[in-house]
Amino acid sequence: MNRSEESQMIIMEEFLDEDPAQVERLRRTVTTRRHRRKKTLPEAVCPPEPRAEERSRTSMAAAPSGAAPAALRDLPPVPSTSRTGFAEFSVRERMREKLKAARSKAEITLLQEDPSPRPRRLKSIRERKTEVRLDKASDNDKFSQTQEDESHLPSKMKFCGSVKKVKQKSTFQNDFPSAEEAYNFFTFNFDPEPESIKAGARKRNELNEEEEAEEECVETHEDEQEEDETDEDVCLVKDDDLFIIGQTAEDFLVMKPADCESYSEQLKKEKEFLFTPSMLAVPTSEKMHGNMQPRYLEDEGLYTGERPFVSQSNQNILENRILRQEQGKEWFGDDGKILALPNPIKQSSTRPPIFSLEEGIAPELETVYRKAIKMTAANQYLVGPGDLQGPFQLDIDISGLIFTHHPCFSREHVLAAKLAQLYDQYLARKQKNLTRLLTDKLHALRNAVQCSIDGGSAGVPSPVAQQSIPEYKIEIRQTRRLRDAEQEKDRMLLKTIIKVWKQIKSLRDFQKFTNTPMKLYLRKEEIDQRLDEKAYEAEIQAEIKELLEECMEEYEKKMEEYKTELQEWKSWKKTQKSKKKKKKKEIHEEESVEDCDLGEERIKPIPPKMANSLDIEQQVREKADNCRRKPGEPALIPELVLSGSITPTELCPRAEVLRREDVKKRSAFIKVLFNSKEVSRTATRPISSDFRVHFGQIFNLQIFNWPESLKLQIYETMGMSSTTLLAEVFIPVPETTILTGSAPMEEIEFSSNQRVMLDHEGVGSGVSFSFEADGSNKMTLMTSGKVSNSVSWAVGEKGIPLIPPVSQQNSGIPSALKNIDAIASIGTSGLTDMKKLAKWAAEAKLDPNDPNNAALMQLIMVATSGEAHVPDFFRLEQLQQEFNFVSDEEFNRSKRFRLLQLRNGEVAEFRNYKQVPLHEREISEKIFQDYEKRLQERDVIDSKNYLDAHRAVVANYLQKVRESVINRFLIAKHHFLLSDLVNEEEIPSLGILGLSLFKLAEPKRPLKPRRKERKKVTAQNLSDGDIKLLVNIVRAYDIPVRKPVTSKLQQPSKSSRSFNEMFAASPSAQSPMDSPDWAFNQVLVRPFVEVSFQRTVCRTTTAEGPNPNWNEELELPFRAPNGDYSTHSLQSVKDEVFINIFDEVLHGAVEDDHERGSGIRTRVERHWLGCVKIPFTTIYFQARIDGTFKVDIPPVLLGYSKEKNLGIETGYDSVRNLSEGSYITLFITIEPQLIPGESVREKFDTQEDEKLLQAAEKYEADCTSKFPSRQCLTTVIDLNGKTVFITRYIKPLNPPQELLDAIPNSSQTAAELVARYVALIPFLPDSVSFAGICDLWSTSDQFLYLLAGDEEEHAVLLCNYFLGMGKKAWLIIGNGIPEGPTAYVLTLEQSQYVIWNPSTGYFYGQYDTFCPLQNVYCLITCDNIWFNMQEYDSPVRINFDVSKPKLWKSFFSRSLPYPGLCSVQPEELVYQHSDKAAAVELQGRIEKILKDKIMEWRPRHLTRWNRYCTSTLRNFLPLLEQNQGKDVEDDHQAELQKQLGDYRVSGFPIHMPYSEVGPLIEAVHSTGVHTIDVSNVEFALAVYIHAYPQNVLSVWIYVASLVRNR
Amino acid sequence: KRVPAAAPSVSMATAGARPLATGQAAPGAMAAAGSPSVFLLAVNGQIESGQFPGFDDLYCKFCFVYGQDWVPTAGLEEGISQITSKSDVAPTTLVWNFPIDITFKSTNPSGWPQIVVSVYGPDFFGNDVVRGYGAVHVPFTPGRHTRTIAMFVPESTSRLQKFTSWFTGRRPEFTDPKVVAQGEGREVTRVRSQGFVTISFNVVTKDMKKLGYDVSPSDMQNPSLVPVAEGIHRY
Repeated sequence: MNRSEESQMIIMEEFLDEDPAQVERLRRTVTTRRHRRKKTLPEAVCPPEPRAEERSRTSMAAAPSGAAPAALRDLPPVPSTSRTGFAEFSVRERMREKLKAARSKAEITLLQEDPSPRPRRLKSIRERKTEVRLDKASDNDKFSQTQEDESHLPSKMKFCGSVKKVKQKSTFQNDFPSAEEAYNFFTFNFDPEPESIKAGARKRNELNEEEEAEEECVETHEDEQEEDETDEDVCLVKDDDLFIIGQTAEDFLVMKPADCESYSEQLKKEKEFLFTPSMLAVPTSEKMHGNMQPRYLEDEGLYTGERPFVSQSNQNILENRILRQEQGKEWFGDDGKILALPNPIKQSSTRPPIFSLEEGIAPELETVYRKAIKMTAANQYLVGPGDLQGPFQLDIDISGLIFTHHPCFSREHVLAAKLAQLYDQYLARKQKNLTRLLTDKLHALRNAVQCSIDGGSAGVPSPVAQQSIPEYKIEIRQTRRLRDAEQEKDRMLLKTIIKVWKQIKSLRDFQKFTNTPMKLYLRKEEIDQRLDEKAYEAEIQAEIKELLEECMEEYEKKMEEYKTELQEWKSWKKTQKSKKKKKKKEIHEEESVEDCDLGEERIKPIPPKMANSLDIEQQVREKADNCRRKPGEPALIPELVLSGSITPTELCPRAEVLRREDVKKRSAFIKVLFNSKEVSRTATRPISSDFRVHFGQIFNLQIFNWPESLKLQIYETMGMSSTTLLAEVFIPVPETTILTGSAPMEEIEFSSNQRVMLDHEGVGSGVSFSFEADGSNKMTLMTSGKVSNSVSWAVGEKGIPLIPPVSQQNSGIPSALKNIDAIASIGTSGLTDMKKLAKWAAEAKLDPNDPNNAALMQLIMVATSGEAHVPDFFRLEQLQQEFNFVSDEEFNRSKRFRLLQLRNGEVAEFRNYKQVPLHEREISEKIFQDYEKRLQERDVIDSKNYLDAHRAVVANYLQKVRESVINRFLIAKHHFLLSDLVNEEEIPSLGILGLSLFKLAEPKRPLKPRRKERKKVTAQNLSDGDIKLLVNIVRAYDIPVRKPVTSKLQQPSKSSRSFNEMFAASPSAQSPMDSPDWAFNQVLVRPFVEVSFQRTVCRTTTAEGPNPNWNEELELPFRAPNGDYSTHSLQSVKDEVFINIFDEVLHGAVEDDHERGSGIRTRVERHWLGCVKIPFTTIYFQARIDGTFKVDIPPVLLGYSKEKNLGIETGYDSVRNLSEGSYITLFITIEPQLIPGESVREKFDTQEDEKLLQAAEKYEADCTSKFPSRQCLTTVIDLNGKTVFITRYIKPLNPPQELLDAIPNSSQTAAELVARYVALIPFLPDSVSFAGICDLWSTSDQFLYLLAGDEEEHAVLLCNYFLGMGKKAWLIIGNGIPEGPTAYVLTLEQSQYVIWNPSTGYFYGQYDTFCPLQNVYCLITCDNIWFNMQEYDSPVRINFDVSKPKLWKSFFSRSLPYPGLCSVQPEELVYQHSDKAAAVELQGRIEKILKDKIMEWRPRHLTRWNRYCTSTLRNFLPLLEQNQGKDVEDDHQAELQKQLGDYRVSGFPIHMPYSEVGPLIEAVHSTGVHTIDVSNVEFALAVYIHAYPQNVLSVWIYVASLVRNR
Repeated sequence: KRVPAAAPSVSMATAGARPLATGQAAPGAMAAAGSPSVFLLAVNGQIESGQFPGFDDLYCKFCFVYGQDWVPTAGLEEGISQITSKSDVAPTTLVWNFPIDITFKSTNPSGWPQIVVSVYGPDFFGNDVVRGYGAVHVPFTPGRHTRTIAMFVPESTSRLQKFTSWFTGRRPEFTDPKVVAQGEGREVTRVRSQGFVTISFNVVTKDMKKLGYDVSPSDMQNPSLVPVAEGIHRY
């Protein structure tokens, strides 16, 4: 707001420049004005912030007024924009002319006056700045001015405009305009032409004058006010100011002493400016307008809100203050009080009130008891083994309570308790009978000594005896000492008992009543005095003798010592004497001193005393008196009985009566605390007069977790009221072996440190009392007692103990429900009876205007009008009803809604249901049938499909696990990562960038084929037919070749040799050299491959020879189950790809010779040779499968033999022959490539040490950073969904004893047998059962229980078995074909490493080329993990020596020592014995089922069964099992051949582990035996099941087709 | 029971909790026209134009996303347009005028069809990159509607990736454009808005009202007279 200042400055400058006279005049006016204003200003007061606004406003008014009286009456108004351009122009023109004329003159004056004006001007500015105004004054000023402003608004506007104009010009030169401009502006003479301007200007001037006058008037008024108070300072200032204007710069400097104002003066001054409002009440009349009387609305019955509380004094101050203001009275209401809004604080709390349960609960809020239900754990998607989940039960039997001391004990009770205690002690001692024992021992020892001495005297004393005698003697001494001590104790005890009993008796006599039924009988046992005395005497004599001997020994020893000592002393003495003599001559003074010293040094030893036999005898006798029964004295046997009579209460003295009454009043109960929470309490039982409490209650605690603590609290109640906690007793949690029924009763002692003093006979507790009359011998007893109880585990219905698994022990209590439902606490206001409320409101005449009552009034209005009814129930979501478009019943009834709901819940059956019909009627009931059936069957075990109850249970369990896992996956599916949604290129590394740059420069080679990565497809928008399975069959090696069946046809003579050849499975039976011509001339075999997948079958063309080369690509369509192509669905596809190799056999259909010439008709038969099975999931996860696989060929192929030494390609063959079997090279993939689902991103909880986990993470990160392709496994997830360190799975375990017994000596065979046993446990890939979740590892016992698992379970079990058999074994984590990432077992046998495939039972040497294990990543033992750090990871090329840290990086090392992790495996595996009978039964059923199936598959043909052949085959199968399918003996085949000579037989045994019937049927079907359509074909089918321990079954199915040869 | 006016957005939101009510068709109407078991929704119109300041030579793809209860009975579900260049003079919109014409049948308004539009064009180096994704529900009232969809593209996760993606011309894209029609999993993405696409729809429904879905405003007798401007989304 410098604008006005500037303008004024301009004015001043101009005046100075132009006309001194004018300037003088102007200056005078300005100064006077300023003085007037100055007067109001105290110089000394420290300046408050200058109010620029006000200042400017006043100066705005002042500036023109200052100018106006001066010559510039016709001061040109600034040309405003409203002026016409022409007028402006002409004015400017003229101004310019004037300017030219005036400039020279102005310049001269400027030069003359140059030094002075500048400081002056500055001064004036400064002064203005320091101008300060009092608040009040300014207020007044402002007030008057604003009023003025309002009245003269237009003029003011104009003026503003002019000022603005000036400002616009002046801004260029900072603070002041250039001289010429200013000159121009002020020296302008108006010509008559712009009349309007002149008039306007004049008018404005007039207005300004008016303003001025107004202000002047105000100011003078102020002056008058303050005139009285003006002091000299003000005058001085006045003078100064005059000076300033008048004088030159030198005159401004005045030397003055520093001012110091006195405090009173200051106060005085302050008084001027400060206003202290009075605290006195303002009379109402002052607050009211005119003569109005205060009106009290409240009294008139109107509602006035409650005023917020303000203290009276504050209110008064405020009123006083307000009254000083203009129109202050506006602030007061009709009642003369300051206007105030009603108190904003609500009376009722907005939060709902918390109801106490006791009194007056609204019925809606009444709580209902619901039985506690088990919370499903947070990790609800993994269920533990089924039968461990149930509630476990702990039985706590509290039978009673006995007080060993109680405040209400009378003295007699105390003694009785003591007596009882002593008696107990006595009984215990008696039972042990140590004295007797020791006495016997003593006798025996003495006898032994005697014997050895006697023996020694009789013959030559043997050195042994000589040696043992002193030992015996030592022994005797010790025993005697012990016996004496015991005897003494016995006697003391007896004495004390008698003493206490005497005390009791005397007490009873003294107090003349009896309190306890205790009676002590001392039974005397008469003893033959003479015998007794004799024994006693003998004993004493023996003892004396021994002691004498002892003494003698000791004496001798001491004598010996004495002699040596004496000797020493004498020699010493001699030397001393000689020394003395020498020294005597030398110094006399020293002599005495030395003499003294020497004399002190050695004392002459004293000879030991000989022991006195009399003394000893006396000692012995004394001791015997003390601790032994005197001879002839009858033996005392105390007997404590409770048969005494208690004095009835009437006969007792008053104090005793009181005590008894007190006891009667008392009762006790016990609280049972489980994990410090009270779970139950006994009934309150009175304390009986003998201070026993009988409860006899058994509490069954149903629990879920291993208890942390069990505690009993013993409470005593007195009369009706007070209950005191006497003591707390911790009960040990019982061992798992302690079961109800067998648990012993235990007594647990307790005591309390409570101090009780009673005013009757009772001795109190913690209070000292005495039995003596004089009060000496005080004793203090504390309340104590014993609780007899027993804690045990309950036994379930089936005799299973209900014990929580020990693994839960450290898992602690699940945290209590933390999230208490917040909504539950939000209630509506408790509106109960509306009518009553309305009535009350009417009666109470509530003010309807009162906002406090608004809610109530509205409610009453609603209630009385009856539009809405208040529900008589409580609801959490009150508004839900409004949003429900159908009632719940209707909703539940509707099939459509149900369908929609199920679909929305992603229930498997309905997840992909399309087009839910609109109408109820269009939805058939059938839709739900399957679903409901499944729901029902979930818990019903269907034994139809399983034939075996155990397997049914397991299958059911697995199904549950699978479902829960799938649910988990479904949930996880809704968690997205960025990569799921957005395709983003990864940041290329520098190397890749460089390479790609290099590639740019590379010459283009269009003919060079390049491998292109296939595009991966997320399985989202796929449909049937989009996905194809591509199977490329390349070649096969060593296909079995036909035995010369044709040759048999050629030579129909049935020699035994030909039979032999026909069944020769053993290669030794046939030598190719036998018929070299045949080998080259005949077709050995015409194999073709048939791939079947999801019942779609594709086949290759037929090749020839045992090493065929097809190189054909087969394409099979893939259908996902339920048309659901989502990842999780694909993962759980259970289908397998069967790759069957068949031999195509051509038979002449017509065998008549005469027709041969005219034409050839052949019939094609195919014979199954073997197969390879690859699960779809493997292909899905591996993306492609490429390799050479071993063909699963049955051990016996009727009519075929393995060509072994056909040696054409010698080099390769020799290698291959090492491993028997046929191989096929395959390449399988899916088109388009599917992205396998990722494992669920979820962190599993764990019980592992955090440090260990961190170390594991670090180790894994280290390993994978070096070899990203190698999998490093440190932690796995167990069946409960917890992370477990992997080494915990490895632990030596015992294989079934039956297997070890079978082959007692050969470790090699035993190992094979064990491997075979492990392989017989059915294989179930995790990816099928636990789709999407990473591997779950079950422990070996779980695995054996479930009888299903995948590679790692098999491998862990096998590894544990090998360790149990004492082998050196490791678990290999690696990569194999076809299974992909897998687990194998490595053993070290005779300095050679052997790799075992746990799922097949086969083993391979390290250098076996056909080993399915391709890569080795880690080795695991029970105490370490080794990661493969070698360059290669193929087993052939690596070194298995884990002791080399360069080759194998170990997890536990010196820096991180193995902490000794306990294993998760059981201590020992318990096996059920093989159930032969069940196996036989199952065998029959399977045979029947398979026969039915084969007939079913041949609907158009008659299926004949050759019973004869079947029985032969059946006999043959156990042999196969026995030999594990190897080396089938020839004679059995010969036998078969002999019996079935007329038939052409083709068939083979199939061997499988047994899990379900389904796979068996599938396997039989895939062989295609049933496809033969020769009219006279007969079939034979035999099943053999061999049962191994733990219900592991090995199934052999022999299936054959027979065609009768004519 | 009151049947709420079937707004697709509402139905989408509540479908999880409760499917929408099916009002029973009036028995009289049933007698007259048989009893329909599905309702039909015929949509035709065109992807008219787009505004992508700074980009040129763009083409667009569209596809429909609809719920499980919907089946397209006629017309094309997906389409790809020609490449359009901007005109040199004032309204520099890219005009495709690409027709869409599809008929759905359905039993449930939940999962009401949405059109998903994605626009592509060459970048500085001539690589084909995505210029925007957008989706909008097909209007559910019969009549003519114009919708303007704001388009967006996913952002690179880091500056370096932004540079490399610019350099290599492989910018982040949605794995499936249909992602933009669903809300699930979007919280993990970051997008940048980029241009507009204007689509006009002509919607015809059949049997909706008979099946209890009354979508026309209550104060309107003739829904076909809805002024066009009312349907335009203003961004």
